[in-house]
Amino acid sequence: MAEKAQGGVFFLALPGRAFGRVLSELGGTFLFFLQAVALMFAGWGQFAKTVRQVYFIGVQSVTVIALIGLFTGMVMGMQLYYALSVFGADGFLGTGVALSMVRELAPVLTAIMLTGRAGSAMTAEIGVMRISEQIDALTIMDINPMRYLVAPKMAACLISFPILTAFFNLIALWGGWLTGVKLLGANEGVYWSRVQGSLDWSDIEGGFIKSLVFAVLVCTICCFEGYNTHTRSGHAGPEGVSQSTTSAVVKSCVVVLAADYILTSLLW
Amino acid sequence: MGNAPSIRLEGLSIGYGSTVVARNLDIEFPGGKLSMVVGGSGSGKSTLLKHILKLQPTKEGRVFIGGHDMSGLSAREQRCIRQRTGVLFQDGALLGSLRLGDNIALPLREHTRLTEGEIMRIVNDRLAMVGLDHAANLFPNELSGGMRKRAGLARALVMDPQVLFCDEPTSGLDPVMSAELDQLMLEMMCQFDMTMVVVTHDLRSMHALADFVVVLGDERCLFQGTIEDLDATKDPYLRRFLDRSAGERATSRLTLPPISQDKMKLDCADILGAKATGRKDGRCSN
Ligand SMILES: Nc1ncnc2c1ncn2[C@@H]1O[C@H](COP(=O)(O)OP(=O)(O)OP(=O)(O)O)[C@@H](O)[C@H]1O
Ligand SMILES: [Mg+2]
Repeated sequence: MAEKAQGGVFFLALPGRAFGRVLSELGGTFLFFLQAVALMFAGWGQFAKTVRQVYFIGVQSVTVIALIGLFTGMVMGMQLYYALSVFGADGFLGTGVALSMVRELAPVLTAIMLTGRAGSAMTAEIGVMRISEQIDALTIMDINPMRYLVAPKMAACLISFPILTAFFNLIALWGGWLTGVKLLGANEGVYWSRVQGSLDWSDIEGGFIKSLVFAVLVCTICCFEGYNTHTRSGHAGPEGVSQSTTSAVVKSCVVVLAADYILTSLLW
Repeated sequence: MGNAPSIRLEGLSIGYGSTVVARNLDIEFPGGKLSMVVGGSGSGKSTLLKHILKLQPTKEGRVFIGGHDMSGLSAREQRCIRQRTGVLFQDGALLGSLRLGDNIALPLREHTRLTEGEIMRIVNDRLAMVGLDHAANLFPNELSGGMRKRAGLARALVMDPQVLFCDEPTSGLDPVMSAELDQLMLEMMCQFDMTMVVVTHDLRSMHALADFVVVLGDERCLFQGTIEDLDATKDPYLRRFLDRSAGERATSRLTLPPISQDKMKLDCADILGAKATGRKDGRCSN
């Protein structure tokens, strides 16, 4: 009888405990984010560190964003041209490319690319600093590691994500023109006038808001995972850092896509 | 005489998560003196430092620095104590992304109003003190283990701390360098008013320098007192530790014969020669 009751309690306690853990991790991540944002403007020293991070996260990602933007635009141009010309509506090619890029693909693909290129590096860097006691050393020297390490990265992400997203848009529209107009023969004037005519200010604003939200999500998740790599149960040391990095990238991508869905349904 | 703060532990239990490394430590490191913490490998010396420095959450007990209970400090008091505390970590813990000079300048740039010229003068002075004046432009991963350790000491000293913690400052250094570091610590102790807590395995430097000795082992504090008291002790464990004698053994520890040649996947007898039985000269007579 007593055993049976215990089994029942266990049955209930297991999902309860998992739920509690998820809840406490979510709370911890949110506090982490608040701290990072609050410390972004803590003194002039932050400015130089932020510039350095913008160089790493933003400037050094330009090539890869250009490549991804170009090929995405080219594929969209080609696919939409084929699909639209079935109905004789290839004049709407510009509309299709512009809206799909500005509203969805540019913010999402930029965020996912930056997660892979910069987010994973942030997790690994902070994780290695954690396991080699560098973060402890900062604490001891009364240098807040959140201010020194995380806040400049947050500021740099908030600057880089929107700019790179805009850059992605430009290149992708050009890629769509390359295949749709130059290769497959859609009308050039119609393409560009449709691009211009179909884009509302709210579309551009929406894409901008998305890129800011993704910047916050990616940076918070990646830095949080690295910062807390030593609390991973059973996986301390280098293996813990590699697991944190993997988990940061996976979580960031999933969260970006989920947030994209929510934002799309709220914004338009 | 000085007023460097003393460090007092009351009923402190140290460990990680649910594992306890040592319990119920009641220790007072006297102010303005050089205390040394010794004990077997894994006895919890580094862990003790981490707990005193609040890098690990305290399970039980309290830490007082200069009479202030570390758990009840305001943010400002905590920052004051941190800025006046220098720490040398066991493997240096230099920031990998900064050159050596910048590593050492970092606390000065963050916490003082000194000009860049004054900062560089202090940095060069501290680097010269530990014999690294030629290495200011190298990154930490371009240094040897001993150099990293000396650089860590230079960084710990750069803010003129009132309390200095060193985790094995001389391990991994050559005999000349470690004698020089001992000399340096002696000079610091005489010139500056500073409380030093040094973890060490080096019994010779313990005899040369320590005012006060703490021995950890067996999950507790085995001894605390002056070096004279320690030398006079009759406690068998402490005696063995002091006399550097290995435990008496009736049988050899090497219970297994070497792996025989024909069990190796790669036969290298033609290169290194066949493995013969051990040497039989003066040192290995029996
Ligand atoms: N991060 C950690 N998590 C869990 N246990 C740890 C951790 N670090 C050390 N330990 C354990 O705590 C004990 C004490 O370790 P500590 O590093 O304090 O030893 P120590 O006295 O400094 O040894 P050494 O002289 O070799 O440096 C050891 O048994 C070790 O296994
Ligand atoms: Mg140690």
